[in-house]
Amino acid sequence: MKPIVEVNNLSVEYTRGDQKVGAVAGVDLHVGAGEILGLVGESGCGKSTLGKAIVGILQGADGEVNFDGQQVSKIGRGQRDAHFRNLQMIFQDPYGSLNPRRKIGDQIADGPRIGGISKSEALEKAASLLERVGLPRNAVERYPHQFSGGQRQRIAIARALAISPKVIIADEPISALDTSSQAAVANLLVNLVEEFQMGLIFISHDLSIVRRISDRVAVMYLGKIVETGKTEEIWNSPAHPYTKALMSAIPHADGKAFIPLDLPGDVPNPAYPPSGCRFHPRCPLAQGECASREPLHVSLSDGRKVSCILQEAGSAPKTLTF
Amino acid sequence: MASRFGNSNSIWRQPLAVVGIIIILFWVFAAIFAPLISPYDPLSQDSDKFLMPGSLHWMGTDELNRDIFSRVIYGARISLPYSILLVVLSAFLGSIIGGISGYFGGRVDAIIMRLTDMFFAFPAIVLAMAVAAALGPEIRNAVIAITIVSWPVYARLVRGLILNAKQNDYVTASSLLGSSSLRTLVVDLRPNLAGPVFVLASLEVGNALLLLSGLSFLGLGAQPPAAEWGSMVSMGAVNFDRWWVGLFPGLAILSAVLAFNFIGDALRDALDPRTAKALRD
Repeated sequence: MKPIVEVNNLSVEYTRGDQKVGAVAGVDLHVGAGEILGLVGESGCGKSTLGKAIVGILQGADGEVNFDGQQVSKIGRGQRDAHFRNLQMIFQDPYGSLNPRRKIGDQIADGPRIGGISKSEALEKAASLLERVGLPRNAVERYPHQFSGGQRQRIAIARALAISPKVIIADEPISALDTSSQAAVANLLVNLVEEFQMGLIFISHDLSIVRRISDRVAVMYLGKIVETGKTEEIWNSPAHPYTKALMSAIPHADGKAFIPLDLPGDVPNPAYPPSGCRFHPRCPLAQGECASREPLHVSLSDGRKVSCILQEAGSAPKTLTF
Repeated sequence: MASRFGNSNSIWRQPLAVVGIIIILFWVFAAIFAPLISPYDPLSQDSDKFLMPGSLHWMGTDELNRDIFSRVIYGARISLPYSILLVVLSAFLGSIIGGISGYFGGRVDAIIMRLTDMFFAFPAIVLAMAVAAALGPEIRNAVIAITIVSWPVYARLVRGLILNAKQNDYVTASSLLGSSSLRTLVVDLRPNLAGPVFVLASLEVGNALLLLSGLSFLGLGAQPPAAEWGSMVSMGAVNFDRWWVGLFPGLAILSAVLAFNFIGDALRDALDPRTAKALRD
């Protein structure tokens, strides 16, 4: 499958005073049409920053993002190039992502209207999209405050869909919703990806949802992707100690004795990343070498990629025990 | 939220606001029906000069034998519409400048904000005097002069509102959809301005009226023989021993400015959710 979004060695830096903080440090990613890539990691690991840099809200310090054959540049004052309008984003907070003073229909119709479609046609489209995401057609005449968080997120999804995007970056789209709407919104996204053959990068810290909906998973730690591969493979045999620790932190309702593994300490300050492997101060399997040598991002025999010295390029993933 | 301007009932629960509204309604009524209310023509000089207030002339007469009561009533026809016009003009000008400043930021913002600082550093009346004197003494020029000195408050307010509003994800979403700068400003950001600008404008009507009367007092605004409160007060200042000449137009200015400020304060409270809640509880 030919990837539609390709991220090559992307770094994003924030300036704090006169200090540079590398929130994303050399990331490679790709997602194809009709594919869902789950991007997981702890809070503060840089996954939202990565998402914003992919769509062009943030400027990458190094590396590049290619979307459908063209390099993404930061959105500026000028109008965004029509080509990149097919690369859309859904935001975490459905209260901030809709304009409280404008009618739902007008907001959904914005995209098509900017694309040159007449107002009545655009509003007609908005109404049918609202229906598609499970809201009544007459919602076009209403304002955002008349809807719940889950409904607003559906509206935000409808707004992104209105211009038939090829790729959607969803930045924690369900974490601000109550539990009952979380599953519904996640299912909606899955169905839409199938129906419209879009690519979806689903950024989340909710591993159980990511496991359920993603085709592939990328695990991020402190600005770097530590492991990426097919969802089931990663779940069955995590090849990176961080992935294993992260997954053991999921509570299991079936009563299986799966003792959550505590990671010692917190995510370090990205302004002063640890030397060598960024995970070594918290890693239960760390060796002396880990503090000095940065592990390569190697491909394993089953096609997944991992950055850990315990794994050898080209061989099957070794089972980690701790 | 009951309406765009907050709970529309809450303003009626504030006694000062009600007083303000009654006073303004009185002046509006006076302006509209001036010919019916005033016993004399405001320009006729058929009487004697400097008559004390009495049964024939309720507020006395001035140095040119004119009936002061009639002139105060007719004065509302100048002061009210012109102060509202002034506020509309400066709010419009200031909002555009402030919007550009807040939205574009960077160097444009720095230049515009230093410019507003310069205006704030001068007393408004001094600057307005200079501009009005340069343009020539005429009421239209006084309006231009006051607009020129009044826009910076609106520019500051709107800049802040835009800076705040453009942080919202819906603004980012809109530019991801391909909105141009102009469209983002007009469609996404402008609706955030209406309430606060309206409140500031209502608070500024009194100021505008005071500046206009001030310029007229100094001879740079309304020209004789027009019945204008500020220029009438200046006649009172010249004839200081005839207290009625300056007192009644002065009271007219006082009442109108006070009333506009009462209404502005009440609107501000009604629109600010925190104070509004305190009032309802």
